Amino acid sequence: MQRKGFQVIGHETIPSDAMNKTKARLPEDWDIILEPKTGFFNLNLKEVWRYRDLMWLFVRRDFVAQYKQTILGPVWHVIQPLLTSIIFLFLFGRVAKLGTDGIEPILFYMSGITIWNYFAACLTSTSTTFVANAAIFGKVYFPRLVIPLSVVISNIIRFGIQFGLLLVFMIVYAFKGVPISLSFYWFFIPFLVIVMAGIGLGLGIIISSLTTRYRDLALLLTFAVQLGMYITPIAYPLSFLEGTKYKWLININPLTPITEAFRYCVFGEATVKAGGLLYSFVFMVVSILFGALIFNKVEKDFMDTV
Amino acid sequence: MSDTVIQVNDLSKQYRLGQIGTGSLAHDVNRLWYRLRGKEDPYLKIGEVNERTTSSSGEYVWALHDVNFKVKLGEVLGIIGRNGAGKSTLLKILSRTTIPTTGQVKIKGRVASLLEVGTGFHPELTGRENIFLNGAILGMTKREIRNKFDEIVDFAGVERYIDTPVKRYSSGMYVRLAFAVAAHLEPEILIVDEVLAVGDMEFQNKCLGKMKDVSEKGRTVLFVSHNMGAIMQLCQRGILLKDGKLVVDNQIKNVVDYYVNKNNTTGHKIEKNIVEKETNQFIKIYMTDDTADIRSEYRFDEEISIRAELYLPKFSDSLELAMRLIDKHKRAVFTIHEKLVNHFNGEPVIKLNIKVPTKFLTPGHYSWVMCINHPGLLLYDLQDDIAAFKILETGSDFSRYQGADYGVVFVDYNVQKIDN
Repeated sequence: MQRKGFQVIGHETIPSDAMNKTKARLPEDWDIILEPKTGFFNLNLKEVWRYRDLMWLFVRRDFVAQYKQTILGPVWHVIQPLLTSIIFLFLFGRVAKLGTDGIEPILFYMSGITIWNYFAACLTSTSTTFVANAAIFGKVYFPRLVIPLSVVISNIIRFGIQFGLLLVFMIVYAFKGVPISLSFYWFFIPFLVIVMAGIGLGLGIIISSLTTRYRDLALLLTFAVQLGMYITPIAYPLSFLEGTKYKWLININPLTPITEAFRYCVFGEATVKAGGLLYSFVFMVVSILFGALIFNKVEKDFMDTV
Repeated sequence: MSDTVIQVNDLSKQYRLGQIGTGSLAHDVNRLWYRLRGKEDPYLKIGEVNERTTSSSGEYVWALHDVNFKVKLGEVLGIIGRNGAGKSTLLKILSRTTIPTTGQVKIKGRVASLLEVGTGFHPELTGRENIFLNGAILGMTKREIRNKFDEIVDFAGVERYIDTPVKRYSSGMYVRLAFAVAAHLEPEILIVDEVLAVGDMEFQNKCLGKMKDVSEKGRTVLFVSHNMGAIMQLCQRGILLKDGKLVVDNQIKNVVDYYVNKNNTTGHKIEKNIVEKETNQFIKIYMTDDTADIRSEYRFDEEISIRAELYLPKFSDSLELAMRLIDKHKRAVFTIHEKLVNHFNGEPVIKLNIKVPTKFLTPGHYSWVMCINHPGLLLYDLQDDIAAFKILETGSDFSRYQGADYGVVFVDYNVQKIDN
């Protein structure tokens, strides 16, 4: 039934004369049943879909509110990765003299930072879902999953901007004689981004769910994200570790194949194995499933313990 | 019953007191261990009744305990209770921000709650942006908000500021805008918690009117308030919660009566030992009624009594009991001088009961200034601002003007039309 303003799920107000006819449906004709124990895996994606407008408004809010009352506004989205790339160029390129697989150094670092920033942002922002939004969650009900999803989406926009910056630099360098390798692999990038987002989202909601009761994990996270960057080939190519005893550490990192594949798509130069990508994909699926499972359990009553 | 839209069965909610830390981890582990063996949660048994003023050793309390009730389609249910009685916990469960510990709630239709207006307002966003965001949080779609946008802005009266960030709003504007969004929700079941405590009088009336509209359209409303007048005006039925248990479920008038009469355990009272034996003084002063219980709240149409016990070792024929009633602004309402010689029979202790007529004081807060007066000579035992009591708005003629200063007494006036 589409009442003015609200859509009712599965229930219609039945005029009393029509009631007898539908008696079979009554009296167990409830829309919502609130009980202490609920289904093991009951994500209610239908409901999330119904709140899709809210999701977009959260995306907008994140985006608009972040740089309000700044002079440069959205330009900051560009400045941050640019400065980081320059610092990397200096530290890892000039001082530590790590190789870049023959890719123009500034482009190499910028590509790494672009994809890493996306992952880090997805992970850190979704990991605070419950704690940061406790005030809203305590007052109104809407599917809690809307918040982490909106975070992932608003970060896709940021990723888009940073990726645009990378493209601009590639074009500039094309004039300087660094050819752009255009290939059909470019169509593969969205898939990589989704897997990256998925891992960030999955791990993020796991951490978010685990930190409602005990905050210890949240304190560990900022630290872990920092360290994570160093065991992912962001500031150095995977080939650099070829033959060293630390290679296994990089290999068990599900982000490694994605980063390398991303560089391969853009520059045609990296170490990519199909098995590695499959591993990342499976890791994403598992972390999202597991995340959804405990998120679903925690979202019901986390207000009591947060 | 088919027209029951909310059915609450044996609803209980248990909370753990104290902080969450390493101590609670041990309980969690223990609980998990019991569950893995398929046994019941060991901590569910040890809950205590939620009596917040008494301290106890238990770590778990029942905020709600075995609550049962039903709400029918189109009914406006008032939920009454002292602070900590479990009202908010009940609303939290109904609005799905937490789940019950045991028991079950069944609901038909969409629920929207106005637990606190302005939830999710972002200070940096403009009024316009916040209307959309807040509306969506409360469950509206973009299209619905767009359709109602002008109405909302109009209701809030903030048209000029609509493109200004809400952090620049006055607090009144902020609240009005927030309520306006919430008021234009159209759910089947609306849960309202104390939103009327905000805004100026005109706005409060607007809100009451809006809520009446909602209920007249056949929607179900659950209304929590300490404002008995508003509750009596809006609701037909009421439930009274006390220490997490449902005590009364009846017509609203009966529930309010019960609540008002039983809610007087904290009446202001002076009771002292005679310290200086040789001087005139009060021993006891308290507000009461026919039953001689201590009271602090009265319906506006109820008889009010004050009891005073005096100790008069230095009696004199000109002594009088002076009492002045003051309102919440400390303005004098009236003053009485009662000659004590009329009541003195040689005993040093005199007990007096002074009655104030019914339908005399308008709803509000009052207290007394009292002393034993030897006119022109001495004041004994001046007691300022004591025996405070409250006249509740339980449906007087003034209930429509709540918040306005309409004076402190009802007047029995007489109007005659003069024909030429």
